[in-house]
Amino acid sequence: MLKEGQIRIPSGCAISGIFSRAGQRFGGRDIIKSISIMHERSNGLGGGFAAYGIYPEYKEYYAFHLFYDNDAAKEHCEAFLNRHFVIAQTSEIPTTRTEGVIGAPLIWRYFVLPITTRLSHSLLDEKEYVAKCVFRINTEFDGCFVVSSGKNMGVFKGVGFPEDIAHFYMLEDYRGYCFTAHGRYPTNTPGWWGGAHPFALLDFSVVHNGEISSYDANRRAVEMYGYKCTLQTDTEVIAYVLDYLTRQKGLTLREAAWVIAAPFWQTIESMPEEDRVVYEYLRNMFSSQLITGPFSILVGFEGGLMALNDRLKLRGMVVGEKDDRVYVASEEAAIRIIEPELDSVYWPKGGEPVIVRLEGGNQIGGV
Amino acid sequence: MAAFDFYPDYEVVRNLDRCIVCRVCERQCANGVHSCLEEKNVMLADDSQCVDCQRCVLLCPTRALKIVKSDNTYKQNDNWGKKAINELIIQASTGSVLLSSMGNPETYPIYFDKLVINASQVTNPSIDPLREPMETRVYLGAKPAAVERDDRGRIKNNLPPQLKLSMPMMFSAMSYGSISYNAHESLARAAAELGIYYNTGEGGLHEDFYRYGANTIVQVASGRFGVHKDYLNAGSAIEIKMGQGAKPGIGGHLPGRKIVADVSRTRMTPEGADAISPAPHHDIYSIEDLSQLVYSLKEATEYKKPVIVKIAAVHNVAAIASGIARSGADIISIDGFRGGTGAAPTRIRDNVGIPIELALASVDSRLRNEGIRDRVSVVVSGGIRSSADVVKAIALGADCVYLGTAALLALGCHLCRACQAGKCNWGIATQELELVKRLNPDIGYKRLINLMRAWKHEIEEMMGGMGINSIESLKGNRLMLRGVGLNEKELEVLGVKHAGQ
Ligand code: SF4
Ligand code: SF4
Repeated sequence: MLKEGQIRIPSGCAISGIFSRAGQRFGGRDIIKSISIMHERSNGLGGGFAAYGIYPEYKEYYAFHLFYDNDAAKEHCEAFLNRHFVIAQTSEIPTTRTEGVIGAPLIWRYFVLPITTRLSHSLLDEKEYVAKCVFRINTEFDGCFVVSSGKNMGVFKGVGFPEDIAHFYMLEDYRGYCFTAHGRYPTNTPGWWGGAHPFALLDFSVVHNGEISSYDANRRAVEMYGYKCTLQTDTEVIAYVLDYLTRQKGLTLREAAWVIAAPFWQTIESMPEEDRVVYEYLRNMFSSQLITGPFSILVGFEGGLMALNDRLKLRGMVVGEKDDRVYVASEEAAIRIIEPELDSVYWPKGGEPVIVRLEGGNQIGGV
Repeated sequence: MAAFDFYPDYEVVRNLDRCIVCRVCERQCANGVHSCLEEKNVMLADDSQCVDCQRCVLLCPTRALKIVKSDNTYKQNDNWGKKAINELIIQASTGSVLLSSMGNPETYPIYFDKLVINASQVTNPSIDPLREPMETRVYLGAKPAAVERDDRGRIKNNLPPQLKLSMPMMFSAMSYGSISYNAHESLARAAAELGIYYNTGEGGLHEDFYRYGANTIVQVASGRFGVHKDYLNAGSAIEIKMGQGAKPGIGGHLPGRKIVADVSRTRMTPEGADAISPAPHHDIYSIEDLSQLVYSLKEATEYKKPVIVKIAAVHNVAAIASGIARSGADIISIDGFRGGTGAAPTRIRDNVGIPIELALASVDSRLRNEGIRDRVSVVVSGGIRSSADVVKAIALGADCVYLGTAALLALGCHLCRACQAGKCNWGIATQELELVKRLNPDIGYKRLINLMRAWKHEIEEMMGGMGINSIESLKGNRLMLRGVGLNEKELEVLGVKHAGQ
């Protein structure tokens, strides 16, 4: 049986996210409730969560979450980590036996910083150095998979229904200012934990519902810039496209959204000259990063969350707000179940990014 | 010796019950096939002069004529086929190099016909092009390495000059001289109305057509015919022709009989004298020389026009393309061995070069491996016969295609492959006024527009089926293709999976 990455597996899905603009940290209970109401949209073959602001005591360190198939893989990978990073803390990620969650790998967490001399010899900037190390582990180390690698954040995912995965990881005990969740409905059985979502690189995490038709065009373009699509999933390629546009090309997230869910030419033509020039430029310059086909995505990043639909809005996505909380989900019910009294509810248009950030700049892990 | 060298390949069949001896065929055939035996009031035909251009067949008012493949046969021999024998006989009689025209007609594999296209089912909706916008706009040109911003942080337009096309198709280089004034006019007007480009070919630009400059690509070939400063500045892009798919490695030869007064003025070569473009550019013996020519053309046009470098698809095309991408060129154009020509030595046309599908796939992969695919656009030609071929070429990695033969077919060409004789009965590959008149540009340009619009609709249908609503997302999207009946190596070069995988 081929595992995810050796074969491309289309999936349907549910997504949900909660964000506290004030940077207040809250437990994992709400997000679990929200995603589990959309049980029908998953089939028990993949679920996962990304949580931001959960490691304030190590917020300067890259938090690496790793899956290992066995001890030998772990030893091999740890030797690599030791060569490239100063490891401030190593621990097994706490889990609890859960019915319906099977085939779990060894799951470990490391708080790391690049070794200064190695970093300076590499002539790379720090994030690029970390990203390169992640790619190496994911492509060259058999039985090892970096699940997440950002600061003050982590991804918890596996094969099972999302609520069972949450129970397995005891997600209720984590407190963060932002959570996103994913329930997966793949069209056949991947049975591999690394293939579940969210997908994360550095502090970017992506949950996604849809099946993009531009996949191979996007994949071949990002692979040209050094990314390696090891999972062959839409989520992975979307994460790389965003990372490329923002970190490597210096676009703002909003500009990146205009690239991947670009307005139609007819819309661009009717814009005021000043805007038209920019939109036309972005579509021309980054034509290979345009994403077509249905998607709704939630992009978590340090201090913020972006929700975005494909240009035709071929997948449902609702945004609700209440006080400092912003909720985004595939279905309104998934928001109402945790917050029945919303201040506002709206359905962003196709290609219209909704970007929320912590108030007063970067106060991650505060409060 | 025998009365004649061999029995003609094609026979003119006249249904005498239908023939009314109107003598239309006689007037229409510039090859002098038909004649009238007046005393008996009956039409005769000299099959040996017939090139099967279908002109008389389609103009005969009673449909009395057809051309059939002769059933006269040599003794069965799987090694010495009829073509091989006949060509040898001609050479023994004449002692000369065989000449042919149009693209390689031999039985090499056609990879386009072994690739099939994907469509959405269930997991991903198809898109109806009649209800939703379906975008086919394409830009050709180099992309800068970095985004720049002004003091206010707004993105600056730092793109070098680009060609903007309403659809990923252009008319490829066909020189004035090799084809007629009316053919050029049809191409220019169609390109202008469609929002695409046509290419002057190597024979300069007739003064009447300067007004279509916004939709013109001017070509500079090794003979430098018709090249001067105004010419370079007349079009929207400049193409350096290094090679041609139909005749890689050799130059061009326009026979003196096609160099009539107007052609001579446009080409800046003497009337009636053969115009021969040398095999190489004599100022380009290496890649660094090419770069100098690219930049001198850019200097001459103040860096306002993208420069295209056109090469023939040959064995090491990927390495050559990679060199060109680093030479300052904005666009690479690759012409496959099925690409047409007004005249080429038969042996070269039929034996030199490689299929465009393989050349394109390996160039695209190579440029990506080297991380320089964004530096250039890739345009392919030589074997595009339908909108499906266009879709497949783009999914393999092309930005755009050039259409030559397809455009001529729309203008009336019936692929008789006798262009080198200069007596095209359809008014295309000829300079004889009587024949040129047969192609009415008012009709010709409309037929080109019809063809392009039809193909565009079909491309949109296929894109919609794949769930793709913008052509950018098809470019290089090889997962949308599968091979049928291809071996491992072919799949590897094409970078596609086999159907069923
Ligand atoms: S050359 Fe053309 S016009 Fe002349 S007989 Fe043959 S088919 Fe008819
Ligand atoms: S252009 Fe004219 S001469 Fe050439 S192949 Fe077509 S019909 Fe024949």
